[in-house]
Amino acid sequence: MAGKTLYDKLWEQHVVKERDDGTALIYIDRQLLHEVTSPQAFEGLRIAGRKPWRLDANLATPDHNVPTTSAERESGIAGIQDPVSRIQVKTLDENCDEFGITEFKMADKRQGIVHVVGPEQGATLPGMTVVCGDSHTATHGAFAALAHGIGTSEVEHVLATQCLIQRKMKNLLIRVDGELGAGITGKDVVLHIIGVIGTAGGNGTAMEFGGSAIRSLSMEARMTMCNMAIEAGARVGMVGFDDITSEYVKGRPYAPKGEQWEMALAAWKDLVSDDDAVFDKVVEIRAEDIKPQVTWGTSPEMVTTIDGTVPTLADAADEVQRSGFERAYQYMGLTPGQKITDIKLDRVFIGSCTNSRIEDLRAAADVAKGRKVAGSVKQALVVPGSGLVKAQAEAEGLDKVFIEAGFEWREPGCSMCLAMNADKLGSGEHCASTSNRNFEGRQGYGGRTHLVSPAMAAAAAIAGHFVDVREL
Amino acid sequence: MKPFTVHKGIAAPMDRANIDTDMIIPKQFLKSIKRSGFGPNLFDELRYLDEGQPDADNSGRPLNPDFVLNQPRYQGASVLLARENFGCGSSREHAPWALEDFGFRAIIAPSYADIFFNNSFKNGLLPIVLDDATVDRLFKAVAANEGYELTIDLAQQKVITPDGEEIPFEVDAFRKHCLLNGLDDIGLTLQDADDIRAYEQNRRQQAPWLFGA
Ligand code: SF4
Repeated sequence: MAGKTLYDKLWEQHVVKERDDGTALIYIDRQLLHEVTSPQAFEGLRIAGRKPWRLDANLATPDHNVPTTSAERESGIAGIQDPVSRIQVKTLDENCDEFGITEFKMADKRQGIVHVVGPEQGATLPGMTVVCGDSHTATHGAFAALAHGIGTSEVEHVLATQCLIQRKMKNLLIRVDGELGAGITGKDVVLHIIGVIGTAGGNGTAMEFGGSAIRSLSMEARMTMCNMAIEAGARVGMVGFDDITSEYVKGRPYAPKGEQWEMALAAWKDLVSDDDAVFDKVVEIRAEDIKPQVTWGTSPEMVTTIDGTVPTLADAADEVQRSGFERAYQYMGLTPGQKITDIKLDRVFIGSCTNSRIEDLRAAADVAKGRKVAGSVKQALVVPGSGLVKAQAEAEGLDKVFIEAGFEWREPGCSMCLAMNADKLGSGEHCASTSNRNFEGRQGYGGRTHLVSPAMAAAAAIAGHFVDVREL
Repeated sequence: MKPFTVHKGIAAPMDRANIDTDMIIPKQFLKSIKRSGFGPNLFDELRYLDEGQPDADNSGRPLNPDFVLNQPRYQGASVLLARENFGCGSSREHAPWALEDFGFRAIIAPSYADIFFNNSFKNGLLPIVLDDATVDRLFKAVAANEGYELTIDLAQQKVITPDGEEIPFEVDAFRKHCLLNGLDDIGLTLQDADDIRAYEQNRRQQAPWLFGA
């Protein structure tokens, strides 16, 4: 009998019941909640007179709507300027209080972007099923967990039943073998992969990242990659368990301790795809081929290398892509054949659930140290992913490095990733951003987003245009 | 979810094809954090003469006297008579929420948009499909008789008119079962509560660290 993939194992371990129609009832170990997609779920419970099935499986924190300036943060919820944002944050607090769910509220040091907070607290553990009403829940798969985003009615379903009705997906392995060059980060690897397989490349699959290059990556880098599995069409991204995983998890507040730690470790060792596991599809990537990446268009697959150019219509694979290119040139204000290093930046955003962890901030600070943000850049923001990341960075003096270089040092939250709070791009502005989506209007109406790694974003802030971070 | 067995109520006619979800509940109300309370804004643009705002008091707003649901004879209506392709447009579940919150329990139309049709069942609202000619006949009967009430017997799959005519309709057996018993998706899953508990007990033994304080 053929071996099993990591996904097969995680799936099997969570099946409560198979149904006749090919779906299965899957048990959920952890649900993360935030203010945008949970209010109607809680109200649904109230209307039906139901209670959460298991309180301790839930953890909540507000992130999408919270302001990131300390001035606005100081006055608490009442200080949130936008009325819809204020109501959503307030409602999350009220719902968590009413139902008895643990919440890291806005003023709590542990507050932050759910996908940063979960792993940081050890609330995301290997072997778990993790869900959240947010598509970037794929992030947590970096821990050899089965994690995916769900809709509001499913949030309610999980609250009430601790289960989800699911259909098993196909197995896709992205194997990156070889050694990554100096200065190449998880962000570059995943953008390169999306460039190769396209934004629909992972449709209907659970995407596992494997190979020697992935094994050498830190947990932060693996999270960055799994985070963007969704941009390659897969709801689930995963990396098998190894020593790097256990090192990261050990000692975190929600992680098992003592005897239970040993027991957990023994169980987690099996959370890898068997050598003879059969995948429905395998994509092989050579680590040596990967250079620093920059997206030029309005979809994450419209990506090229720092020494590259905006592609011409002749580079388009087909008619659909050709018209996509045309529309993207216009929206982005770029001309075919233009050098990437000639793109000038108006703003720079270092943050989001993709790249706002301590390692990301260190990489950016390394570049920023002793340098100055170019005068032509209107704003360069650094938004840590959580209160604890912020505290850690401050303990290391990174905040000073950023401030001295002319960056703004903010409070934790989603911020300019999706512009639900006051941090936004103006129309026509180009932004070097460490987030995950460069869709039209994502960072503000008419805003032009270029996705890059934290080091590349910091380098772009200093130069005022894109530069190769390896040549600094 | 409220079970649906036999329902009797005044029928109100929406004599217009392709009523879309934006007409049912305009997009400014989607910002709400609620799933109840949409009733006062059902058909907002047709029903009022001014523009509706979320979370505002609707009681003092100028009503459009020509709109059918504002007419005294249709007050308290709970069966909506509609034309083809009712509920087209977006997938917003706010549309059945608004109809239900207003007080509708059933809709009768020749056809529906797919997603709306599904969402209605999930929210205890019964969308009945009858052929064009029958629907047309009902429109005429409603217009001619003030206080025209229809009885809907889901178990028997019949619409019964005031003069005793019985009109049969089709409904998917599984959906019928859910509606009759008031089972939404959650209710259905909870029928397997014993399986969930058994699984949980087993998991607690194998992975006790997943079960915190
Ligand atoms: S940082 Fe951006 S992508 Fe991540 S959860 Fe927040 S809004 Fe979503």
